[in-house]
Amino acid sequence: MSISGAPVRVRGVSKQYGNGVEALRGISLDIGAGEFVSLLGPSGCGKTTLLRIIAGLASATAGSVERPVGRGETGFVFQEPTLMPWATALANVELPLKLAGVGRAERRARAGEALAGVGLAGFGNSYPRELSGGMKMRVSIARALVTEPRLLLMDEPFAALDEISRYRLNTDLLALWQRRRFTAVFVTHSVFESVFLSQRIVVMSARPGRITSALDVEASYPREEAFRTSAEYAAACRRVSAHLGEAMAA
Amino acid sequence: MNARIIAPLILGVLVLAAWEEAVRAFAIPPYVLPGPILIARTLVSDWSILAPSLWVTLAITLEALAAAVVVGGLLAVLFSLSRWIELSFFPYAIILQVTPIVAIAPLIIVWANDVDLSLLICAWLVAFFPILSNTILGLRSVDRNLLSLFELYGAGRWRTLVHLRLPAALPYFLGGLRISGGLALIGAVVAEFVAGTGGNASGLAWRILEAGYQLKVPRMFAALALISATGIAIFLASTLLSHLLLRRWHESALDAPE
Ligand SMILES: Nc1ncnc2c1ncn2[C@@H]1O[C@H](COP(=O)(O)OP(=O)(O)O)[C@@H](O)[C@H]1O
Ligand SMILES: [Mg+2]
Repeated sequence: MSISGAPVRVRGVSKQYGNGVEALRGISLDIGAGEFVSLLGPSGCGKTTLLRIIAGLASATAGSVERPVGRGETGFVFQEPTLMPWATALANVELPLKLAGVGRAERRARAGEALAGVGLAGFGNSYPRELSGGMKMRVSIARALVTEPRLLLMDEPFAALDEISRYRLNTDLLALWQRRRFTAVFVTHSVFESVFLSQRIVVMSARPGRITSALDVEASYPREEAFRTSAEYAAACRRVSAHLGEAMAA
Repeated sequence: MNARIIAPLILGVLVLAAWEEAVRAFAIPPYVLPGPILIARTLVSDWSILAPSLWVTLAITLEALAAAVVVGGLLAVLFSLSRWIELSFFPYAIILQVTPIVAIAPLIIVWANDVDLSLLICAWLVAFFPILSNTILGLRSVDRNLLSLFELYGAGRWRTLVHLRLPAALPYFLGGLRISGGLALIGAVVAEFVAGTGGNASGLAWRILEAGYQLKVPRMFAALALISATGIAIFLASTLLSHLLLRRWHESALDAPE
């Protein structure tokens, strides 16, 4: 079964928190079905807020979000692994299926497959505290993918990891995306990560959070480790850095 | 056997030996301070009187603790489900908690009109609050992002409670249980002192009062030793329970790094 990504339309979204902080102002963004988009910006520019609004976990003060997905068709990966410490890796991955009322046997099988898909076959019975930071993040990704979502939202998922784990997870994430073709919205504050992963990079600036530019990364997929050392990659990084610098000066 | 067991054991033996030695050296009469050997002997010789009392005190303590777990736990869940219920009821729970049990015990004894029941109510009153407040704290200390995740998958209140809030609250609840176990025993003993009941269904507190009137000081100490032993047993049992339930996942139950 192939899964098709869902498009996302964000129209004039603003968000003002109760304490008066204007987190977002006039955000409009179209994300195509199956596209891989990164939201890039300095800390505090409203990336998390925007992602939560797209997910439907927070409401916008003004504007609208359209995402033709049903319940369980949106996956969310938080900055921390956010696993239930009392449950095994397998039980954590089973959770979305359990909440969707999927039967025990099928749940087990699908969660096992999802764990294998992120390279954690054989770790199903481990508890989160027995896993490394990178492995916990993999469990978290498996949990987000187990429902075969059409939209995957990721909030700086690899920011807390060491560079080696981050590179490996970047590559594996791209492989998963190419296989499944879900729509991916990836929040990061790393220029290098955004260029490596995405087809399009949306640069944001802070106070109030707004979009200052959107840049296409033309390089074709699959992007392997070699891409990181290519001239094309370096040029794209320079270009994106320049835009980010402008955004931060703005 | 490790240092955690051996060190206090050695200290205990030393203190008991010094005590026994002092009692002999200064020829202290047993009605002032009996030595540990005499107390142990009294424990054996008066066992037929002390054992039923131990059972009575233990039964009241455990019943009160069970009631505290049920009522404290259910109230905590109820409070966590409805902010209004919590806002209305919580102040009264605090009033019950801060009022000294010796001060309300006579009233309860009058109202309940049944000694066993009033002792149970007193012990329950002091025991339920730590369970209530700890469990509330636990139900609230759930990871915000996990709550978002449950919301994302449309879990609803009930399933969020069962699959997320209750497991997250378990370590806090068990912490409350450990405190409440000790308090239930204290409540049972204090209430019996206040009630001052006699008869054949009396607990260890009454044995202490009675032995005091009769100047049977060794028996007083024997009863006291049984109360302490009961307290220690309850503490160890709740610690063991907590360890068994949490050892796979919670920081508090992990062995310290070498
Ligand atoms: N729940 C909240 N209440 C009030 N202010 C908030 C809340 N969440 C975030 N903010 C504020 O909104 C702004 C954007 O936050 P956030 O979306 O977390 O940014 P980012 O993810 O880009 O670091 C920040 O100034 C932050 O302090
Ligand atoms: Mg953030």
